[in-house]
Amino acid sequence: MGAYVLRRLLALIPTLVIASIIVFGVVRLVPGDVLDLMLSENAYSSNAPEDRAQLEKALGMDKPLYMQYLHWAGNAVRGDLGESLWRNTPVTEEIGARLGVTLELGILALLIALIIALPVGIFSAIRQETLGDNLGRSFSILALAIPNFWLGTLVVILPALWWGWSPPTEMTPFFEDPIENLKTFLVPSLILGTSLSAVIMRMTRTMMLEVLRQDYIRTAWAKGLRERSVVLVHAVKNAMIPVITLVGILVPILFGGTVIIEQIFRLPGLGQLLLEAVSTRDYPIITGVFLVTGVVVMLVNLIVDLCYGYLDPKVRFDR
Amino acid sequence: MNASVEPAAVTATPARPAKRRKALPKPLAFCARLCRERPLGAVGALICLLLLFTGVFADLIAPQGYNAINPIDRLKAPSAEYWFGTDQLGRDIFARIVHGARLSVIVAFAATTLSIVISALLGILSGYFGGRLDMFIQRLVDGWMCFPDLILLIVAVAVLGPGTWQIIVILGLLFGISGSRIVRGAVLSARQNVYVHAAQSMGASSTRILWHHILPNVMAPLIVLYTTRLAAVILAESGLSFLGLGIPPPSPSWGGMLSLDGRSYMFQAPWLAIIPGIALTVVVFGINMFGDALRDMLDPRMRGGSGRYLARVKRAIGV
Repeated sequence: MGAYVLRRLLALIPTLVIASIIVFGVVRLVPGDVLDLMLSENAYSSNAPEDRAQLEKALGMDKPLYMQYLHWAGNAVRGDLGESLWRNTPVTEEIGARLGVTLELGILALLIALIIALPVGIFSAIRQETLGDNLGRSFSILALAIPNFWLGTLVVILPALWWGWSPPTEMTPFFEDPIENLKTFLVPSLILGTSLSAVIMRMTRTMMLEVLRQDYIRTAWAKGLRERSVVLVHAVKNAMIPVITLVGILVPILFGGTVIIEQIFRLPGLGQLLLEAVSTRDYPIITGVFLVTGVVVMLVNLIVDLCYGYLDPKVRFDR
Repeated sequence: MNASVEPAAVTATPARPAKRRKALPKPLAFCARLCRERPLGAVGALICLLLLFTGVFADLIAPQGYNAINPIDRLKAPSAEYWFGTDQLGRDIFARIVHGARLSVIVAFAATTLSIVISALLGILSGYFGGRLDMFIQRLVDGWMCFPDLILLIVAVAVLGPGTWQIIVILGLLFGISGSRIVRGAVLSARQNVYVHAAQSMGASSTRILWHHILPNVMAPLIVLYTTRLAAVILAESGLSFLGLGIPPPSPSWGGMLSLDGRSYMFQAPWLAIIPGIALTVVVFGINMFGDALRDMLDPRMRGGSGRYLARVKRAIGV
């Protein structure tokens, strides 16, 4: 297991380097834009070449591109992502203040998705082609087709019209009042969780069906075990392995979902920070958020890989 | 006993060629099979056709155009005159939905076609030529896939600016790169065929082998990929437009019609929030159902069976 962990960690390094090059490259595609914008906003005397050169130097944009990258990456490794163009606060500080909200929303949504999807998926598989199974599958087909931003919009608008109720938008910090905090997060994470649960439900059902057909399950039945122990002890354990991988794959999708849900429910998370930065063209913040989401996804995938290796010894010796 | 079996076997043999179909059957026979085996898929196909029809004949169905402002009829509820009601500027929602269908069709087909071309090129290059090139391309794809789709899209829009062609290029690139994995997998397995080795040893050129032996084998997964991507592109475009980063108003993007700018009017006129969402859901549902049916009929390998867990998990959710 130790060697496996080490190998996974080492494999992370090239991916991280390439991801950082992508982040740097994509955002630097339009370096002139930032300068023009800052020059016009900051009341520098009308685009004078010397002002431009000065600003270029201050931002380190006069050096060759690879030097700029090395400089940026070196600072990023030390936790310095530069400063916001307009507010002059460190990017890491801005991100740190917002990351918690996004992570809480994401984790709650994932939990809700699993709580909905696993029992229904397992039930669907053991009662294949019954009314319950068909209901579960119809739900997942529907949930796959309904865009989460529409569901969110409806949840804000319809209850307000019918019962004069609207979801709370005041955010209380978790450590001040956990109950109030969870109340704010309940509706957004329910919406996000429901739309995620469709995929997990589908996958759980398929995997369970496959496992239930295997010989050792037949043996378990033949031993005279009760249904509960056949399903829960023997089948679910093995069916869960690919579902864990699926969770890893869903994390980027979850991230995208948080951006939209944060916007609908006005939660001050990373997504909102990113959208604000896009509208003010605050490139250091855009770069920072971009990089942080990539790194979070990578770390989650690492954890998933390690769990996978732990649960399925075959994987550890593969490759 | 034997004698009674023999004649049955003899009569069964000539009947078989008639039943067996080629990988890509003739259109009519295919439709018949679709209706018979996958009724939901047929419904999906019908919805896709309806979308195409609406998109192509939008000018005939709603001749007044999507931006005909009529201040007297602001926020009118659905009625015989305005089937889907009107918005805050008195524009007919029905006309906007119809023209939005045209926009969806244009964006979806253009971006998906671009993405499939990119996927095919990258996948074939990587899978067929292998070696260092494969290594290099795969690490790039790894890095690229660390980032959540929506975050990449938002950053790309921040760089390129919003607009129809920008969205098409960005979506094409995004889904093209992630889809190349599936094509690469198909190429890797097609390359193992004995006839490919035979062609290689006879000195056939790479172009000939790719064109005559590899491409036909990759066709079925490409078609399946195309349908799954269509739905993903439509959802991604509407999500971006919802955030105000997609196709700028007054273009009638369905996602844009649901956007937060119109939120305050939605409390007075809930049909503003309901109708574009239904349009989106129905279309995505239709494409999903048609795509699932196509996948099962064209490419039985993708349906599951025995294979590696991870590969199947990824296919199941179309990553």
